[in-house]
Amino acid sequence: MSRSQIQALLEKALEGDLRAISRLISIVEFPAEVDPSTIETIMRELMKRGGKAHVIGVTGAPGVGKSTLISKLIAYYRKKLYKVAVIGIDPSSPFTLGSFMGNRVRMQIHSSDPGVFIRSMATRGVRGGLSASTVLVLEALDGLGFDKIIVESVGAGQTDIDIINISHTVLNLVIPGAGDEIQALKAGLMEIGDIYVVNKADKPEAEITLKQVIDVLNYESFIRSSGWRPRAVKVSAVMGMGIDDLATLIEEHVEHLRKSGYFQEVVKKRRIYGSFIVIKHIIESRVEEIFSSSNKHILEMLLRGEIDPYTASLQILSEVLGGRR
Amino acid sequence: METREEVQILGAIGLRRRYRVLVAKLGLDGHDRGAKIVARALKDAGFEVIYTGIKQTPEMVVRSAIQEDVDVIGISILSGAHMALVPEVLRLLKEYKADDIPVVVGGIIPWDDAIKLKSMGVSEVFFPDTPLSHIIEKIKELAEKRRKGLE
Repeated sequence: MSRSQIQALLEKALEGDLRAISRLISIVEFPAEVDPSTIETIMRELMKRGGKAHVIGVTGAPGVGKSTLISKLIAYYRKKLYKVAVIGIDPSSPFTLGSFMGNRVRMQIHSSDPGVFIRSMATRGVRGGLSASTVLVLEALDGLGFDKIIVESVGAGQTDIDIINISHTVLNLVIPGAGDEIQALKAGLMEIGDIYVVNKADKPEAEITLKQVIDVLNYESFIRSSGWRPRAVKVSAVMGMGIDDLATLIEEHVEHLRKSGYFQEVVKKRRIYGSFIVIKHIIESRVEEIFSSSNKHILEMLLRGEIDPYTASLQILSEVLGGRR
Repeated sequence: METREEVQILGAIGLRRRYRVLVAKLGLDGHDRGAKIVARALKDAGFEVIYTGIKQTPEMVVRSAIQEDVDVIGISILSGAHMALVPEVLRLLKEYKADDIPVVVGGIIPWDDAIKLKSMGVSEVFFPDTPLSHIIEKIKELAEKRRKGLE
């Protein structure tokens, strides 16, 4: 793309033209498809306008109601006239790299609303809950003037915690009947919420689940570096119960971040992370290449069971990285 | 321009685009088995499929397709309302200047209507007995063509 084409696209996108916004997002979502200078020009323009949006990360296991809750939050924010963008992440197949993305299904009621932009992203070989270019897309949406950007992580397992690196406010969804207080005590996913949302509160066990979560949150170790003490609420996204209380709590949290100076800290942290995740992905995708170019003798010993995987890996690495580990 | 750095990024699939297809059920029609089967087959063929679910208006389909920047729009319709709703999708695509995105329609479509739809601008019409492999092949061709057109 020529510089003047990029400028024209940026101008139209900043005016709010849907097609231009979408094309711009695609360019930064698939940065390896274009010349590096195209990304540089676009991101420079957008990032100098950005850093203002409130980023809300929504995570939790598959089927806990993330998309349904987001749809209700969009409705709430639209009544307040906020412009809302959603990045919905779904898994790519490890076999075909294809993806079936159904996050939109629960949010389609907002698809005709000019104040809402929804983009589905597949994980594309990245673990941790996000895609390699999530931060780039996030920065672009921020620069385009969206007030609330909601990132829906992939249906998360206990170690899919990358959402914490990019969000101002992390909503961690849990549901009644999926484990006792032992599950609530575990490390990883259960540690990263700013607000724990017990969804499907129309179920009778919800009260017990809420109590178990609150018990765990009462440890000093759960207080965030910003000084925020995580809270827990009960909602039923499908019934629309508890949404106003949750939205009020979300505002309380972001106000706390703004007052304590942590709002800008999160923006800085996510920009660092946005670079980190790209490097990590590129290096990871080279591992196979490194492996196949390594000493066949070591691999054969490994196959025959004459060397253990740890010792073999150190030998391969020392060869490939020239003595450095 | 093939610098060493670029070659190394080639393997990074997370930064590269795959063909993206919107699969939508248009109109007051809950029969989504066919749409789900086609969506799944496309996923298995390596496409990124964005599934909208049932009861979509033409406006929802078109705006979703633009937001998702898909290469092909796949519409499933078994209610008989195809002659009322599909032309509206085509009209809105023109209105949004997004008529570079090809539209395919599948479902219970009488032969005469299929010919009419194609004359209006629908790229392909698939019937209940169309093999999945044919659907995938046609959608791949259309997606390739659309990507080339954007370059």
